[in-house]
Amino acid sequence: MEKEVIIDLTDVSKSFDGEMVLDHINLKIHDKEFVTLLGPSGCGKTTTLRIIGGFESPDTGDVCFDGKSVKDVPPHKRSVNTVFQKYALFPHLNVFENVAFGLRLKKTPEDEIRTRVKEMLSMVNLKGFERRRVSTLSGGQQQRVAIARALINEPEVLLLDEPLGALDLKLRKDMQNELKKIQKATGITFIYVTHDQEEALSMSDVVVVMANGQIQQIGSPTDIYNEPENAFVADFIGESNIVDGIMLDDYKVRFSGHTFECVDAGFGKNQKVDVVVRPEDVDVVAVDKGMLQGTVTSVTFKGVHWEIIVDIGGFKWMIQTTDFVAEGAHIGLFIEPEAIHIMHKSEFSGMYGDYSSFSDELELLSDPTEPGEEDEEE
Amino acid sequence: MKSRSVFQRLAAAPHILWMILFIVAPMLFVLYFAFTDNEGHFSLSNISTLSQYGNVFVLSIGFALIATVVCLIIGYPLAYFMSRSKPSTQKILMVLIMLPMWCNLLIRTYALMALLDNGGLLNSLLESLGLDKLYIVGSDAGVILGMVYDFLPYMVLPIFTAMTKLDKRYIEAAHDLGCTGIQTMTKVVIPLTMSGVISGVTMVFVPSISTFYISQKLGAGKIDLVGDTIERLFKNTSTYNVGAVISLVMMVLILISVWIMNKFSDDEGGVII
Repeated sequence: MEKEVIIDLTDVSKSFDGEMVLDHINLKIHDKEFVTLLGPSGCGKTTTLRIIGGFESPDTGDVCFDGKSVKDVPPHKRSVNTVFQKYALFPHLNVFENVAFGLRLKKTPEDEIRTRVKEMLSMVNLKGFERRRVSTLSGGQQQRVAIARALINEPEVLLLDEPLGALDLKLRKDMQNELKKIQKATGITFIYVTHDQEEALSMSDVVVVMANGQIQQIGSPTDIYNEPENAFVADFIGESNIVDGIMLDDYKVRFSGHTFECVDAGFGKNQKVDVVVRPEDVDVVAVDKGMLQGTVTSVTFKGVHWEIIVDIGGFKWMIQTTDFVAEGAHIGLFIEPEAIHIMHKSEFSGMYGDYSSFSDELELLSDPTEPGEEDEEE
Repeated sequence: MKSRSVFQRLAAAPHILWMILFIVAPMLFVLYFAFTDNEGHFSLSNISTLSQYGNVFVLSIGFALIATVVCLIIGYPLAYFMSRSKPSTQKILMVLIMLPMWCNLLIRTYALMALLDNGGLLNSLLESLGLDKLYIVGSDAGVILGMVYDFLPYMVLPIFTAMTKLDKRYIEAAHDLGCTGIQTMTKVVIPLTMSGVISGVTMVFVPSISTFYISQKLGAGKIDLVGDTIERLFKNTSTYNVGAVISLVMMVLILISVWIMNKFSDDEGGVII
């Protein structure tokens, strides 16, 4: 059954100070789905969310809610509510008044406000916090007040802008489960912005991967992981070895000096392609039994597995194995046809998927021109 | 360690000396004169004369209140507008507000008088246009105008500071939750900039209630405020002690008003200045 389209962005572009932040985006969001906009900082995901919330207006294109254009509808008249990145709880009001804020504006009767705030606070596990000042709450508690404050207005769509970014890892995991539970219980469409791929995969019904102001891929978490559209998606979601290959024929691909069976077809003969192999899908075997041979250059213990870097003809592969392999060892590698995913060449080809330098994120962090956090609205 | 604390004490010494000589000592003198008669004997007779000056106090408080309210009405929207404008516009507005403060208060008041006087610039202009003259100097309105003109920056600056500290996300959150523009103002912006308002109100009310020069010049001597009364009483040696008592009452009034203002500000924001 096809769900109803609740939000429809068509050909939306936006620039700030001449810099293109969103580049002709088309996105349909269906009712009752948990949709995640995923991408690195500066990819346009927050701007997309702010356009849906009404805080920015697009330069081109249209935004429709339930089929009606809302381009000129201000935020307070849209049936969406937002959980802001740093919560933006009102410091002059206590927890109760923060949560009751939206209801008071609608002139809801006082006793109804009282019961609904109480219900909402118990849903987010904050019973008894009514009289507390917002500033006395921990990050996780503030987070839940922010969610309660938004949800009490019963919006059709809840927008969440990196809501778990400020929490520590353990709490983040708990909140992920809680958010998913709340979304299922309320049946409200969630649009969730994050740069954390693990968060996106574990919570979402639909993941929208964005980069450079464009949507790279829309799909379910398993689709995005198993069938990445291009080198960017393959690299951003999980770990990937991405090598140049040539499609010799349907189901036959050649890369790293060996011809492999694969499960992909429909490419042109001898077409150049990007080949993705996930580190966990490579088996370490004896040299003479391997399809590929290489030398182990580094070994890192990761708990459940070892992460080894293998030099194969100058290209460094990352492989995860449960058997210990010594550094400097010469090993063979075996790859099953199902483990090989073929992608068309894209603007991202050759930029990702080589583990000779570790890693893009570190380089990004060390780049002084790169802003530390999402700051695209200014 | 010890030498450092000695150095610290030495560094503070000039200031402490200054405060003792020019703040603490004069206050003690005021206290002394307030409770003595002309011969220097202890006396409460000065206090009994206070009742004659009741009207003056009421008038001063009234003028200061009106001036403060007018400053607030002009200053708050101005500060809001400033905080929302581009940095370049902000700088220009800031200079325009600060510029008069670089000029001495007496000179500013004189200048205002020259502009508004019966033969001044404004009235010459009105006359040449064939309109009636405006007799501002010598009226209540003139004195209020002077106070507002002189003290407006003290209202605008703390409110502006509070506005710039206000996180834009609170405003967005208010819109998101259903506030119209006006509701955002009354439910979020004004409560969250209250600390600035309280600072501004204190900084305008206190100098307004104790002013004497503005009322003399722009009131053309017709309006007698506490400040003027104190000045006149101190100029005459025989009424020195009465002047001291009124000064004392004045100080108490100011302390009470500052205390009330502090009550209004919650401990969260804290009062700026």
